[in-house]
Amino acid sequence: MSGHSTYEPKTGFERWLDTRLPIVRFGVDLMDFPTPKNLNYWWTFGGILAVCLGIQIVTGIILAMHYVPNADLAFNSVERIMRDVNYGWLIRYIHANGASMFFIAVYIHMFRGLYYGSYKAPREVLWILGCVIYLLMMATAFMGYVLPWGQMSFHGAVVITNLFGALPVVGHAITTWLWGGFAVDNATLNRFFSLHYLLPFMIAGVVGLHIWALHVPGNNNPIGVNVKSKEDTVPFHPYYTVKDGFAISVFLLMFATFVFYFPDALGHADNYTPANPLVTPTHIVPEWYFLPFYAILRAVPDKLMGVILMFGAIAMLFVLPWLDTSKVRSMRYRPTARLYFFIFVVACIVLGFCGAHPPDEPVIPGVSGFQLLDSDINSFVWLSRIATLYYFGYFLLVMPILGLTETPLPVPESISAPVLSHPAKAPAGAAASPEKRG
Amino acid sequence: MADTVVGANPDPHAAGDDPNRRDFIHIAAGVAAVGLVGALAWPFIDQMNPASDTLALASIEFDLGKVVAGQQVTVKFRGKPLFVRHRTAAEIAAAIKDDHAAMRDPQTDEERHKPGKAEWLILIGTCTHLGCVPTFGGGEYGGWFCPCHGSVYDTSGRIRKGPAPKNLEVPTYAFLSDSKVKVG
Repeated sequence: MSGHSTYEPKTGFERWLDTRLPIVRFGVDLMDFPTPKNLNYWWTFGGILAVCLGIQIVTGIILAMHYVPNADLAFNSVERIMRDVNYGWLIRYIHANGASMFFIAVYIHMFRGLYYGSYKAPREVLWILGCVIYLLMMATAFMGYVLPWGQMSFHGAVVITNLFGALPVVGHAITTWLWGGFAVDNATLNRFFSLHYLLPFMIAGVVGLHIWALHVPGNNNPIGVNVKSKEDTVPFHPYYTVKDGFAISVFLLMFATFVFYFPDALGHADNYTPANPLVTPTHIVPEWYFLPFYAILRAVPDKLMGVILMFGAIAMLFVLPWLDTSKVRSMRYRPTARLYFFIFVVACIVLGFCGAHPPDEPVIPGVSGFQLLDSDINSFVWLSRIATLYYFGYFLLVMPILGLTETPLPVPESISAPVLSHPAKAPAGAAASPEKRG
Repeated sequence: MADTVVGANPDPHAAGDDPNRRDFIHIAAGVAAVGLVGALAWPFIDQMNPASDTLALASIEFDLGKVVAGQQVTVKFRGKPLFVRHRTAAEIAAAIKDDHAAMRDPQTDEERHKPGKAEWLILIGTCTHLGCVPTFGGGEYGGWFCPCHGSVYDTSGRIRKGPAPKNLEVPTYAFLSDSKVKVG
């Protein structure tokens, strides 16, 4: 993938195999891939995500050996996994918390891409493939959450599938088609199980394309300057296998802390109640990783517009490479953009916070604001409206306009230049300390 | 396609630009393949629609005798809750009083029950917003309140406030006798 190969078959068998299936060459070249030498720890999340996907697939295949995808039996089969299956509790808790860990890692990975401009030419396809993976992850996580057939599972499925009912004319036919009946029921559970098993392998396939697309231009790096010479790179192995390995170990420590000490902290108690189509839990919320989008959905008083805006929030990511007009990749040299970026991160967290609270609840308890249009100004619905406005403003206004109007800081000539030849000219905090975040 | 053929085969367009047998075969094969994929796609899509046994179980009978005035019974109908509400005179009056109020999905109370059976309100008990089950007695219109996103329905099940776009759906039903209905 990376130009000329460095592999030289040593034994007769390797030479024989190399002319028939050059798989060893492929592996050696992958490990030898020239990688920018200034990658910081924010770049380790790709490796962490690969581990997450592996963990989910392995634990998921095991759970499928014990789980029964039937509306009458599903809940009890999950309880059986938790109580009777040998180490079933461990495997299920790894799988359930693994979904959250996967999303923590993917969000950091995405914010890293946003900050360092990893979506810009020539990496647009790489970025879009990442967005496709993210979409597939959301679909997989949603359907996986339905499988235990608890109250949150069931009513979460009802709410999400009803989103498609907002579409004019075809909405009703689409929801019926998705359900395979007149409501979320056994047919729905069965197909969700089938798709929940399929999608991770599709994710693995797109991850393959993602890595392929990565290996054509090579990695971006914290200063966002292209690799100019061999001096700027180190081989992936052992430099980044070790760095990634260390980061993965630290990540797994946090993962294990959740699995062993707070296994239900990221879930909802309501999901330990079997699904009952006749009663909706009074406070229904999705899993934490969907909360920002849920807040955007609820920010709009119109059903169809809410759904459009929610999907639009994800669509923004796909077109971002063409919205950002700045020639400078890394925000390390875009101080104004950096400020807007950090507000954007805050806006996303605020949206998540809003999504977890009922819309009418006051943000500051005990204080009554004034009525603005349909709600009190001191309510989560208004807070989410402000954050939603910023979310879209960041993509549609800040990204196109700022790139044309701002004055970026001087960008180093190459990855090696600031540290090797002109240390005095290096901008503060540039490649001199690549391990620090921007 | 045909222009790029090299080797032993003669240039099919040498004698002019008229479509020849090879072009015909290419186009015919392409059309056949597209048609085949299209025809095969439909069974693979339609299999996800409700199966025959699901459709066969789609109607229920319900005895109204056990529902006293002011009471609501929730039964399962097509996997969803069905509200069978025996309305009081006050509820009916409140519903009729608002017949001409500004509404998102304007309907009179008369249109929402069978003629002469104003006390019986039969509704699909799922919020028209995103399908949660509204609870009776909440909200400022004396009807239903949806806990998920705060939609408020009146005593006729009409949407009065909140994000839901439509009134609570009235299913197809018929009175088999004075105290028995068939829904679906």
